[in-house]
Amino acid sequence: MDIKSGHTAHSKNGGGTILSHTTIPPEFLVQIDPQKCTQCKRCVVECSFGALQFEDKLIAINEKCSACQRCVTFCPQSAIAIIKNPQAFPEHATWTEKIQRDIWKQAETGAILLVGNGTNLPYPTLFDHMLIDACQVTRPSIDPLREPMELRTYIGKKPPKLQIKVEGPKQNGGFKLETPISPNIKLDAPIMFAAMSYGAVSLEVHKALASAAKNLGTLMNSGEGGLHKDLYPYGDNIIVQVASGRFGVHKEYLETAAGIEIKIGQGAKPGIGGHLPGEKVTAEIAETRMIPVGTDALSPAPHHDIYSIEDLSQLVYALKETTNYKKPVFVKIAAVHDVAAIASGIARAGADAIVIDGFRGGTGAAPQAIRDHLGIPIEVAIAAVDDRLRGEGIRSEVSLIASGGIRCSADVAKAIALGADAVAIGTAALIAMGCRVCGRCYTGLCPWGITTQKPELRWRLNVEQAAKRVTNLVRAWSRELEEILGALGMNSIESLKGNRERLRGFSLDHITLEVLGIKPIGK
Amino acid sequence: MRITAKGLSFRALNQLIRECVQKGAREIEIVEVNGQRYIGAGIDSHVIIVIQGTPGNDLGAFAQSPKIIVYGNAEDGVGNTMDNGEIFIHGNAGDIVGYSMRGGKIYIKGNAGYRVGIHMKEYRDHFPIIVIGGTARDFLGEYMAGGRIIVLGLNGSDEEIVGEYVGTGMHGGKIFVRGKVCEDQLGTGVGIRPMTNEDWAEIKGLLTEYCAVFKTSLTDVLENSYTKIVPTTYRPYEKTYILT
Repeated sequence: MDIKSGHTAHSKNGGGTILSHTTIPPEFLVQIDPQKCTQCKRCVVECSFGALQFEDKLIAINEKCSACQRCVTFCPQSAIAIIKNPQAFPEHATWTEKIQRDIWKQAETGAILLVGNGTNLPYPTLFDHMLIDACQVTRPSIDPLREPMELRTYIGKKPPKLQIKVEGPKQNGGFKLETPISPNIKLDAPIMFAAMSYGAVSLEVHKALASAAKNLGTLMNSGEGGLHKDLYPYGDNIIVQVASGRFGVHKEYLETAAGIEIKIGQGAKPGIGGHLPGEKVTAEIAETRMIPVGTDALSPAPHHDIYSIEDLSQLVYALKETTNYKKPVFVKIAAVHDVAAIASGIARAGADAIVIDGFRGGTGAAPQAIRDHLGIPIEVAIAAVDDRLRGEGIRSEVSLIASGGIRCSADVAKAIALGADAVAIGTAALIAMGCRVCGRCYTGLCPWGITTQKPELRWRLNVEQAAKRVTNLVRAWSRELEEILGALGMNSIESLKGNRERLRGFSLDHITLEVLGIKPIGK
Repeated sequence: MRITAKGLSFRALNQLIRECVQKGAREIEIVEVNGQRYIGAGIDSHVIIVIQGTPGNDLGAFAQSPKIIVYGNAEDGVGNTMDNGEIFIHGNAGDIVGYSMRGGKIYIKGNAGYRVGIHMKEYRDHFPIIVIGGTARDFLGEYMAGGRIIVLGLNGSDEEIVGEYVGTGMHGGKIFVRGKVCEDQLGTGVGIRPMTNEDWAEIKGLLTEYCAVFKTSLTDVLENSYTKIVPTTYRPYEKTYILT
């Protein structure tokens, strides 16, 4: 169809009309108020998707709009509104508008539907069906404004018991710790940043996260695309990833970091690999990933040296040997049906921490069919893993880090009460920087300068301000965590860890309550 | 310096090796090696490590620059993610030789297992090279993104010089096989191309050192036809996805 004339082309062969993507009604409509618009073209500059163009006058190409809000935010006249296309589809609970749109796209291309961000399907969020206890009368609450509150968390193996030898008089500190202690990483708050690779996100995002992690005394994670040289000075606040493609992995990379993470899986795409298309492999990305410019960076689905827990153990110890046992080794997996058994294997494989990413976790790009339908929620994964490790008496062998859909401080508190040591946030940190969750991360055209490598778009993210906003977010959550702890009558996050007695399930069925290991409200 | 590995755990043995390297050892001979893993892992000096016996998995993993010589067979994961250095094996090697190696050389006198050179890649002055004297099994050069793999088939065995699915997902580098490879042995996205004068000059250069190391006649090795396998696209999965 010719967009301007509105005429549909007729086929010369076979008759009938030719269907194409342009015959799909747009999802959003860009409405420009002619009374307010001064034709200043600011929106044309701002829209990296090309939904706003100027040809004699301002025109909106609605098909290209992602509702990212960039034009709305920066229009000096507030003349733009994005609305959902009110065009009525015949109402149908099975063949919904979304399903029809997907079928049209696939009928035209025969290709896999690619999406960004975490799943947008309305699965119930279990965090929203859990309530936290509070003290009244019979137990005193604590006022965090006046009393010290401890959010400090150590990530790494904890010895099951300590052997201390007395050497000389006690008053002179004559004690010697005889138990060897594995390397642990100190977090000032139990909130880390989730792995997002340089390539998926811009260098500015990496710099902002590294800077925020340093301010906050926590960790950012390189993701699987290597670590840009500019980030090496932040090494004490960085976890570096070793994934199946082994991009940018070399000895200095491993030694610079506070810890090393073996990436097995990701919540948004369990069981599948990654694929950074060649056009995103710029000179700087190529240097960081240590590959030639412009080649596809393929991360195969499995690590080809890992087909079993024994093989995983082999890589854990290869990394420990390479770094002389100075760095804790994390293993990140997607939350899947048998996550508890796998986590037990990971603990026994010698890992220092297990990172579990729930099915709501974000991504720069994943097939929609995978993102929306594989894996399990992080809430049940935490409970199942914590139960299993406790039952086997190996819970102290590993720290448990939960990620994938952590949205607020209450989610953090609930995750920790279910059994996590700490959480990792990705999308929430990006939203703090400006992300509007439009889901077009895979296009490389992020108008907010987050998931892009184009200099003119990267420039839009102010590193200092982004770092400040992310720092503010985590500080705010930390304060709220202190308030929650105070209400619970606790003065340490450690007291909340795995303390499911202080959680209750609201509108949850028996089985889910049992899996979560919590009582229903009123009990 | 000399280390007797008999009865030592991998951790104890590798600790001894690290201590020798720290003391500035130029050459370390390790005798009675019997399956200890990670020998030479992450070593960033130009030390020569001579191994008598059978080293275990991940020999020279993440290595930066050592020269490792094995008088015996090696197991799986030789040169796993190695950055640079040299590994010469006077015997056979197992699976995933040179997984994700980025630079350096691995020369094997005998045969190698499955998925040799998987995901090997080149980068600037880093250029990984694997030469196998005997045969290699299926999925040779899978996801290969750079460097060279040469398989010579010199052991006189009846089996195919290379297995099936050669170069599946390969998007960089070249594979040379001394002898014939059928199209149906190839993975998708790769093809057989005629040898050029530059190719001959290149393999001659690469094989000169190999032949010197294993005391093989270069003239004999070069006397045969070679099959060149290269990717037909640098974007093997370009049309797999659509943007929603």
